[in-house]
Amino acid sequence: MVSKKKVPGIPSSSLADIAFLLLIFFLVSTTMDVDSGLERKLPPMPPEGQEDTPPIKERNVFVVLVNAKNQLLVEGELTRVEDLREKAKNFMANPNNDASLPEKTVKDVPYFGPTPITKGIISLRNDVGTQYKMYIAVQNELVGAINDLREELSIQKFGRSFNSLNLDHKQSIQEIYPSRISEAEPKRVGDK
Amino acid sequence: MSKFRKDDSKELPEVSTASLPDIVFMLLFFFMSTTTMREVTLNVKITLPQATELSKLEKKSLVSYIYVGTPQPQFQKMFGTEPRIQLNDQFAEVSDIPDFITSERQAHNEAEVPQMITSLKVDEYTKMGIVTDIKQELRKISALHINYSSRKRVN
Repeated sequence: MVSKKKVPGIPSSSLADIAFLLLIFFLVSTTMDVDSGLERKLPPMPPEGQEDTPPIKERNVFVVLVNAKNQLLVEGELTRVEDLREKAKNFMANPNNDASLPEKTVKDVPYFGPTPITKGIISLRNDVGTQYKMYIAVQNELVGAINDLREELSIQKFGRSFNSLNLDHKQSIQEIYPSRISEAEPKRVGDK
Repeated sequence: MSKFRKDDSKELPEVSTASLPDIVFMLLFFFMSTTTMREVTLNVKITLPQATELSKLEKKSLVSYIYVGTPQPQFQKMFGTEPRIQLNDQFAEVSDIPDFITSERQAHNEAEVPQMITSLKVDEYTKMGIVTDIKQELRKISALHINYSSRKRVN
């Protein structure tokens, strides 16, 4: 009888070391950062040969100007960025139906019934020399103003945060407070 | 005394390390599947501006990035210190953006094209002139969905 020769097993004690090595490589090279930012939609290019946009009543436009020195002019008044959000909210909501603030049209909104909806538009115009940092700060406040209004309405009506609402509820709130921020073509004034 | 000595000889059994490779492999696979390799090397210096009303970019594969900032020191001899645009790995002009967006679109399914987002990673000290030019180019090629990349502001 031939004696069985045992085949030596491959040592697996270094397996852990190899795995560790790979693990450390992936740990180091991985980037976990989530990209986030202000999401905006650009307006489509106007079709060729289109005349100027139809005139909008002055009371319906919230004019925000930023100049090359990063100063902020809101409705003809020099304003600090910190105060912009309140002003924009007041403009879009127009709680006391002020005659100098935007008009409202009554429209039937699901879940809300006939609701007056503002016709207000926020118009943002910046200079060529404006700093990007300032521009983002202003954009942030304007987007924040609309988000705040939606959040308040959502709490008041549904008792929940806007982000936790389902799609139908969200859409009807978005209808009441539309995100209407228009950006004018920049003027080349005060450049250099 | 002898009673204690008897106890001493009974050693605690060692913790088995046989399952260590399995644990490490599990971690390894987790990191391998979650990792996203950095695709471009930044040739421009970018400090993102701060904001509070942030939304996350969901599908990274559908995002095309446009970087704007001052060139890194080793490129300043060639490209100067004024803010420049970087697309993929190289410096570019505003006029290169339509081609860039078109090639990004060709790399995707036709069905996915409407969901594509352009992320603008712009240094906070850049002047708006160059940003507006980029936005105009994006409008022309109707890549309208954009995202101004920014950091979370900590109060």
